[in-house]
Amino acid sequence: MRWLAEVHVSLRSGIADPEGQTIGSALRSLGYATVSEVRSGKLLRIGFEADDHAAAEASVTDMCRRLLANPVMEVATWELRADEQTDESPVLPS
Amino acid sequence: MTLTAARPRVAVVVFPGTWSERDFAHVATEVLGWEHRLVWHLDTELGACDAVVLPGGFAHGDHLRTGAIARFSPIMRAVEAFASAGGPVMGSCNGFQVLTEAGLLPGALMRNDHLEFRCDWQWLRVERPGSCPAWLGDLADGDRIRLPISHGEGRYVADEATLDELEATARVVLRYADPGGAVTPAANPNGSARGIAGITNAAGNVLGLMPHPERASEAEIGGADGLRLFGSLERWLQQRPAAAERRL
Repeated sequence: MRWLAEVHVSLRSGIADPEGQTIGSALRSLGYATVSEVRSGKLLRIGFEADDHAAAEASVTDMCRRLLANPVMEVATWELRADEQTDESPVLPS
Repeated sequence: MTLTAARPRVAVVVFPGTWSERDFAHVATEVLGWEHRLVWHLDTELGACDAVVLPGGFAHGDHLRTGAIARFSPIMRAVEAFASAGGPVMGSCNGFQVLTEAGLLPGALMRNDHLEFRCDWQWLRVERPGSCPAWLGDLADGDRIRLPISHGEGRYVADEATLDELEATARVVLRYADPGGAVTPAANPNGSARGIAGITNAAGNVLGLMPHPERASEAEIGGADGLRLFGSLERWLQQRPAAAERRL
């Protein structure tokens, strides 16, 4: 069956994030004076096939470990759900 | 592979998006009189060679992370085997990023702290060159060299324990410095931890550095300090004991 994983890759705490700091400065300069911190990251939506939830979970774990996040400076978290959409209305935006 | 050639033979690895391979090839052939071979990333063998270079550029478009996809290119199995057998490997700029992603060197390279791409001449302080004799054997501790940098993601990061281990084992071999050789925050062009510009592996045969020695190998283009690295390699290959050759 088909699964959809939304993988969030974010920087480990303590790793400087100049992009996030710059976005934070921009928000404050727009008047959002209470913004104290912005951390940037990546969102990856992955559609794939797996027999069951356990197999899907194992696949995503492996994808993150091997490629999607570098443990030197990143951590990955994800949400996994069965993708009930048909081919005519894919969940993954084109 | 055999290592009896009078002229050094260097394999230059080319990924989709690599941009410095022609500069390395020019220096190898036209400046140094070496032999070179461009090796495509889908190849599985390096061929007969005495050293391997991973040049700068934007392998696979730098997508996901710099070097993250390149490390899975088929040629990297051969590069890893060459390195683990003690063969000299240099990764410059994007090549350094690939080496860290491949686990051949510790740490990672991240976006410059000021978020700008930085292309400039940069002074470097050489430290503990004996830790990396193949590439730095002609240099002395405390030497200053001037090489171009050209990168947007050159900020070296590693956890404190890794940084401490690199220092304790004399594996930090190049640091960003001012013209007088002082390692200062102002001389650091990208926010790298402890001013690190280049490191070597535990065995001392793999060098990763953000600067571009191949772009500083002819006085006519502004500097020739890069030749000191290539000269080191040539001398190292000539002087290497026969026993070491057989191991390769």
